[in-house]
Amino acid sequence: MGAERTAVIGVGQTKYAAARRDVSIAGLLREAAYRALEMAERTWSDVDAVIIGKAPDFFEGVMMPEVYLAEALGAVGKPIMRVHTAGSVGGSTACVAASMVQSRVHRCVLTIGWEKQSESNAMWALSLPQPFATSVNAGAGGYFSPIIRRYMMMTGAPELIGCMVAHKDRRQALLNPYAHLHQHDLTFEQVVDSPMLWDPIRYSETCPSSDGACAMVLVDEASGDAHDGPVAWVHGTAMRSESNNYGGRNMVSPAASEQCADDVFAQAGIVDRRAEIDAVEMYVPFSWYEPMWLESLGFASVGEGWRMVESGATALDGGDLPVNCSGGVLSSNPIGASGMIRFAEAALQVMGAAGDRQVDGARRAMGHAYGGGAQYFAMWIVGSGKP
Amino acid sequence: MIDVAVVAFTQRQEAAISGESEVEFMVPLMEQAKASVGLTQSDMGFTCSGSSDFLAGQAFSFVMTIDGTGPVPPISESHVEQDGAWALYEAWVKIQCGGIDTAFVYGYGKSSPGSLRDVLATQMDPYYVCPLWPDSYAVEALAARLMLEGGHVSERRLAEIAARSRASAASNPHAVRSEPKSVDEILAEEHVLDPLRPSDLPAEADGGCAVVLAAGDRARELCERPAWIRGMDHRGDAHTLGVRDLTSSMSARLAAQHAGVADDKVDLAELYGPFTTSEHLLIEALGLDEDGTAINPSGGALAAHTMMASGLIRIGEAASRIWRGDGDRAVAHATSGPCLQQNLVCVLEGD
Amino acid sequence: MSADRPEARDPLAAPAALSAPVTLPEALAGAEPVESVCTPIRMAYTYTPGRALSRYLRAMADKRILGERCGATGQVFVPPRGVSPLAGAATSEVVELADTGYVESFNITRVPIERRPDLKPPYCSAWIVLDGASVGFLGLVINLAPEEVRIGMRVRAVWKPDEELETSAANILGWEPTGEPDEVITDYERIGRIEASDP
Repeated sequence: MGAERTAVIGVGQTKYAAARRDVSIAGLLREAAYRALEMAERTWSDVDAVIIGKAPDFFEGVMMPEVYLAEALGAVGKPIMRVHTAGSVGGSTACVAASMVQSRVHRCVLTIGWEKQSESNAMWALSLPQPFATSVNAGAGGYFSPIIRRYMMMTGAPELIGCMVAHKDRRQALLNPYAHLHQHDLTFEQVVDSPMLWDPIRYSETCPSSDGACAMVLVDEASGDAHDGPVAWVHGTAMRSESNNYGGRNMVSPAASEQCADDVFAQAGIVDRRAEIDAVEMYVPFSWYEPMWLESLGFASVGEGWRMVESGATALDGGDLPVNCSGGVLSSNPIGASGMIRFAEAALQVMGAAGDRQVDGARRAMGHAYGGGAQYFAMWIVGSGKP
Repeated sequence: MIDVAVVAFTQRQEAAISGESEVEFMVPLMEQAKASVGLTQSDMGFTCSGSSDFLAGQAFSFVMTIDGTGPVPPISESHVEQDGAWALYEAWVKIQCGGIDTAFVYGYGKSSPGSLRDVLATQMDPYYVCPLWPDSYAVEALAARLMLEGGHVSERRLAEIAARSRASAASNPHAVRSEPKSVDEILAEEHVLDPLRPSDLPAEADGGCAVVLAAGDRARELCERPAWIRGMDHRGDAHTLGVRDLTSSMSARLAAQHAGVADDKVDLAELYGPFTTSEHLLIEALGLDEDGTAINPSGGALAAHTMMASGLIRIGEAASRIWRGDGDRAVAHATSGPCLQQNLVCVLEGD
Repeated sequence: MSADRPEARDPLAAPAALSAPVTLPEALAGAEPVESVCTPIRMAYTYTPGRALSRYLRAMADKRILGERCGATGQVFVPPRGVSPLAGAATSEVVELADTGYVESFNITRVPIERRPDLKPPYCSAWIVLDGASVGFLGLVINLAPEEVRIGMRVRAVWKPDEELETSAANILGWEPTGEPDEVITDYERIGRIEASDP
């Protein structure tokens, strides 16, 4: 007896914004949860368990917030769990939620990822002063830009590839009513001319800091079959982690990324990754990570990722492998939700429910998230048909 | 359900581990747990851990500790910001999905760098309660007063629980508080948080533990008498203190029902009751008979309270007694949140 | 399957369950809504660096840089954490490293950081791989215009004056070019060295 086939029948998102002052933390989660439950045609009482995920507790200053959220999430008398795997957490949380159904432990699970960064100071949370460490880096950009520089040296990618990714994602975000950034008149030249923050990363090539929550309802096979709304079937889930500190580590395409991808594609029975996947929601907090992940995930051979970007292959408009039709992390980044948004947007694509950002006829889509020093990975593949 | 057993367990608990970082003191525990069943990290189908950034005083603190597992080549891995018992639950679920037959689980925490009583206050509702900075132990004292004045428990009964913990802890090298005290001596202690006395409070500790899970035949290969997980469930109560009945534990009762505690006699129980009041409530909620069941033979969390690990340690303590033949059927329990808000119950059996 | 149903309604409309108006008691009818409250959290922690970092920091006071070696693979880690991720085991040997190395990669930061008001953008932060070490760590490249920093450039530590030395990594003010020929880097994907070199 293999794992139970698992279906996503509900997706709910909040409007992402720099500060959602109109709602409390609980209110933010409930907004996403209600939208997911409505789409799933379920109520709180149908939910067997709640699996939540977010990035560090210091971001809101609430320790183990599943404790405080019990009533708001209808979890009184029910199991509630809290996942935390760095930036990949939203994806990992979805994987854990899926495992609750795949294992036949539960039949209907509500999962939510969120961040309400406006309630604390993320810079403070990430750099609590420790007497024995020196600080020479401002934020994640300082960490990732040397890796991007390595990728550029390695592949000879033209300098403006990152700007092309950023411009594409910000334009695609205009099709997504939930996206944080809606820069209607942003031109490619403005992206290129935006201030250099962590050379070679420009301001417009970085993600914003957002408040937001994303929720999904996952159910077992019989419930998925019986559901008369759109359904996304889970074809594979995988998580991989590795150390970020050993000599000879591949920083550009970490082994954990490649092995996680191999695992999830094998589970889904996918051989020709570029041909068989119709849409990708990829975790791209800095623009250059799109070509880097295209290569690492096996959609392009080494050095060819930037050529895919350059050719327009990853654009919703005319590309054969649209990436981040939602606008991606570059357009909305509530950290603990960002991974789950990738997974949920992939589900919406194969449900045919992605609105104006829909890839026509999408049958199989990938959700991808990473975190830490590019060392934590979570991925899933969802399809319109059963696995 | 796939039969899964606890086959290895290591722990360390001390009043304060001041000279070593978390990963430094966890590495030997991780190595010994794996080595005790002849496995290495590459044999593990899944790895999961539990820890807390607020305890460590640092964001992403678990990223420092994962190096201790030896995650090169990469590992299939996840982390919960909960007690390690919930990490074990996640790993158990992962094994139920099929395809793997081993898992490695660990939990750890150091309370000594900060003030645990203050740190835990940040678990409370951030808008209405946390700004008042309630001392988290004082919140437990509120529950204790309700229990005492409502006639749900007597001060003597609480002293008996404290005395039993001290007596049992005497034979546990990992206990932090194990000096024997009689019930009368305990009743003669001055109240520290009226109506609670020092012996009613947990002995705070730093430390951690590591566990190996294995399924079916693999478990039988690795362990002479595996401690099979026959049932496991976790449930939560409401958070708002005014909404809950603090004199009983609905969620512990529910979890015990779903885990099947009452299906057969229980030889021993390891309960994560940080306070004597919580142990009393748990015995009631789980329906345990103290004449037939050895309660907290390790001394329990009263004797050594290691935040983020004490629940997983209860499972390890119960399992190791099954291995040794001290009993055939054991119950292990973990809790999280103020006043036993969340509870996990695990039933373990020998063949 | 009605594929377009979820988008049929306004995606930003409040969920039905949350759209019912809240009726306030009359006494609160004119009250200004509270959108946020400031509740500062202050907690004091006494950090312990651990055995390996303690050794490293003590040696820093003598202008020495200590790494630690993995017994299984020979790799040398700096700053040491007391553990080898390659072995899942404690490091087995303390190794003294040279205060010279090369730039493995770098970025030019053009934004100020809150905790280092002394650092005036633009400045160059780089991964420095010390001679004798397997992995790089972060440092500032100084005494050179950021635009002139190169991957592979040889650098040496610039220490604080002796009278200002503490048990702190801040004893190294930064890394300046040695003028030696660049380290030849052929593999841009991989960082550090699989084998530790001779210091």
